[in-house]
Amino acid sequence: MTATSTAACPLPAHENFPPESRLSAERAPSLLLEVKNLCVSFAGKEVVRGISFSMAPGEKLALVGESGSGKTVTALSLLRLVADAATSGQALFEAPGGRSDLLALPESTLRGIRGRDIAMIFQEPMTALNPLFTVGEQIAEVLQLKQGLAQAQSVQAAIELLASTGIPEPARRARAFPHQLSGGQRQRAMIAMALACRPRLLLADEPTTALDVTLRGQILDLLGDLQRRNGMAVLLITHDLNLVRRFADRVAVMENGHIVEQGAVAEVFASPRHPYTRKLLDSRPARDVAQASAFAPGVPAVMQASHVRVAYPVPVPGFRGWFRRGEFVAVKDASFTISPGRTLGIVGESGSGKSTLALASLGLLKFSGQLHAAGQPWSRQAAGNKAIRRAVQVVFQDPFSSLSPRMTVEAIVEEGLLVHEPGLGLAQRRMRVEQALAEVSMSEAQFPGLLRRYPHEFSGGQRQRLAIARVLIINPSLLVLDEPTSALDVTIQKQVLALLQRLQRERGLSYFLITHDIDVIRAMAHDVMVMKDGEIIESGSVFDVLDAPRHPYTKILVAQG
Amino acid sequence: MNANDIAMSAAPVQEASGAAARPVLVSPPSVSPSRRAWQRFRRNRLGYWSLVLFCLLVALSLFAEVLSNDKPLVVRYQGQLYFPLVKDYSEKTFDGDFDTPADYLDPFIKGKLTQGGNWAVYPPNSYGPRTINYFAKEPNPSAPSRDNLLGTDDRGRDLLAQLVYGFRLSVLFGLALTIIGVVMGVIAGAIQGYAGGKTDLIGQRFMEIWSSMPELYLLIIFSAMFAPSVGLLLVLLSLFGWMGLSDYVRAEFLRNRQMDYVRAAKALGVSNLQIMWRHILPNSLTPVVTFLPFRMSASILALTSLDFLGLGVPPGTPSLGELLSQGKANIDAWWISISTFAVLVVTLLLLTFMGDALRDALDPRKADA
Repeated sequence: MTATSTAACPLPAHENFPPESRLSAERAPSLLLEVKNLCVSFAGKEVVRGISFSMAPGEKLALVGESGSGKTVTALSLLRLVADAATSGQALFEAPGGRSDLLALPESTLRGIRGRDIAMIFQEPMTALNPLFTVGEQIAEVLQLKQGLAQAQSVQAAIELLASTGIPEPARRARAFPHQLSGGQRQRAMIAMALACRPRLLLADEPTTALDVTLRGQILDLLGDLQRRNGMAVLLITHDLNLVRRFADRVAVMENGHIVEQGAVAEVFASPRHPYTRKLLDSRPARDVAQASAFAPGVPAVMQASHVRVAYPVPVPGFRGWFRRGEFVAVKDASFTISPGRTLGIVGESGSGKSTLALASLGLLKFSGQLHAAGQPWSRQAAGNKAIRRAVQVVFQDPFSSLSPRMTVEAIVEEGLLVHEPGLGLAQRRMRVEQALAEVSMSEAQFPGLLRRYPHEFSGGQRQRLAIARVLIINPSLLVLDEPTSALDVTIQKQVLALLQRLQRERGLSYFLITHDIDVIRAMAHDVMVMKDGEIIESGSVFDVLDAPRHPYTKILVAQG
Repeated sequence: MNANDIAMSAAPVQEASGAAARPVLVSPPSVSPSRRAWQRFRRNRLGYWSLVLFCLLVALSLFAEVLSNDKPLVVRYQGQLYFPLVKDYSEKTFDGDFDTPADYLDPFIKGKLTQGGNWAVYPPNSYGPRTINYFAKEPNPSAPSRDNLLGTDDRGRDLLAQLVYGFRLSVLFGLALTIIGVVMGVIAGAIQGYAGGKTDLIGQRFMEIWSSMPELYLLIIFSAMFAPSVGLLLVLLSLFGWMGLSDYVRAEFLRNRQMDYVRAAKALGVSNLQIMWRHILPNSLTPVVTFLPFRMSASILALTSLDFLGLGVPPGTPSLGELLSQGKANIDAWWISISTFAVLVVTLLLLTFMGDALRDALDPRKADA
């Protein structure tokens, strides 16, 4: 933070430690936060089961775990921000007025601590910022409330805070509404807001998860930079071990509401003691794909695209918009070939057009250009596409929206047979459904009454298996995988990728894999294309592209992964 | 993230670890989402018992002829059994003077039927909806008495009988109007929502024009042009009644057609009709089901209001609205207005309680606990 902003945001007395005294836990005068035996339960269901940890001033602690491990609830309950939760235990915090238990403080005192001494940043800045106020107003409000600054002063201080987070043109951005900023800028604005009062402790709940990979590193560097300059402690909540390695001093691993292991990052990562920690560290997807022969001229391609272009109509502002529509070109001039038994990966950030290209390749979007699948082009008539539909199938990202919640497993999986093999009898259909489920390692023995169950009874990874079974049943030759594992936890992601690799080896399937995750590409793909702003900027064999990237953008992507 | 965390931790099934098929602890019986909604509905006692009571009342009113009629159920006359309820007998059958349908409340016929070994079983309330009590001891409208338990209206017809038949007509009319409205509304909403684009645009503009027609004036005009009847009223009210629902269905279809499971079905090559029927419709029925009781009570109220204004069912048809207007005309005959009012309030309240319970049961934010 700059010198002027320090003047505008007067430091409370307790902030005057020399910053270096906070860098190491041993030399710190006392613990900043000491959590003892914290339990949180919702309606009798325990989510956090008696965890204890402590943080020294200026320390960076990472709380790692998969979804459902209770890490977010832990952070929220420190500020008593979880509704309808029963908490017990102690959370002793070194507030300026003395040591006090956050869980026992009266609401009015705690309100003073929130934002001033303990600030929080959230995963999704779009929902954490109020869409009706400009970013500057929201930061200024914090300063007025917590620091008692006057209107004019607070606006100036807000601009300086924005500048300190590296937002270009801070004075102009301060007058922007949240939706007018990019994702990275929004997250920076939220960090500026959290740091407005120079808190002693920052709770960062997955601060980079919603951001594109190239931005993640920047935001993390910014956090580290501000942490050093302000000497605050940061509790980083994340599922991403790369972030932990880059950012934190110490790490606490949570599983199922317990902290199973904690210690210095280097130590824990080098020699994990708890099996769960080992499993987490071991969850980087492994490459286990058949070395399918390179494109052979004799073998017909499973999918061949040349000069595919997809454009969406967008409204034209003003009077002219009454008569015509503009267009937004999502995919410009994409050409590629997918050979049998091979995986073509597309990697790119959100908005790069990779999912649009996937939908176009499935014939679900209008496009111009040539796109052949299973030896024939997509036709305008639904009836003409039956053969391609059978050959080209899709698995979507979100396992919670890709299965109809009101259909049973049997109805979901057998759907393809009803369309493509309508002659089958009930018993034959059921046999095929069971076969398909067995292929994705789901059986009646594991889940009694599997066929009659509904999707809500399954976890994310199991749902993704069901989605794969649904497409396997009609024996496709190409699967379009649209971020198939992005919504899953790391350990589950590894299992699903292993399943996909096995299916490819056994059935000679081709994959068209869309992802933003370089690790997944590394594990799965034979060939890779890099997309940015609708254009394919680099393509080639996976090792060529990832090991020796030519385009500067690819270099950034690979470096971040 | 937070909500997701909690939801995941509450997931009943543990993640299977790897290919090793370790049996997973799942015991809760598999229940469909609609069945779970029904279980939640049952837990709401007020709503559940309202449903039970309402169904009971409707079932009873379906047998109104057995409960309240001016004809005996069974007659034994000179060694022979007669069933006046299902067959009309001439007065001559019972040794009367004229070849007209027998009037079983006539003291002469009544006397014949009880002579010697003859007997007749009368319904609990021995008046039909149109039966005029010519033997009332007081001028019409007469107050509640042993003859007419709730009194008579200004034409001497038994009030209890009219209420029973009027309730039945109202409920059946409301049910029919609701079903027609739901079917039309779902079809219109589904087409607009699923097709989107120009179809949606044209449909929406049509609905805006259609809904701005003055419904009441149209009813008055039509009731002047055609002979009033329940069927005509049903048609006229249906023409306008589907629009409220179709907006909700359209919104649900617009939302659900974007879902990945619909895209997956399209990619499988499932036809549009099948996608609408199998995939989107079951997931779009929540507003439809939630509004059913409220729509039904609105329909009953609409019929009652029109009857009250004299634009409804033809004269002589038992109707709650007509009774209300009689109560207004004979303000000192308190038994007319109070008993009709009570029937209406109970009916509408039961429907509202059911609606509230249904809404809670189908609320996606409510947990199963």
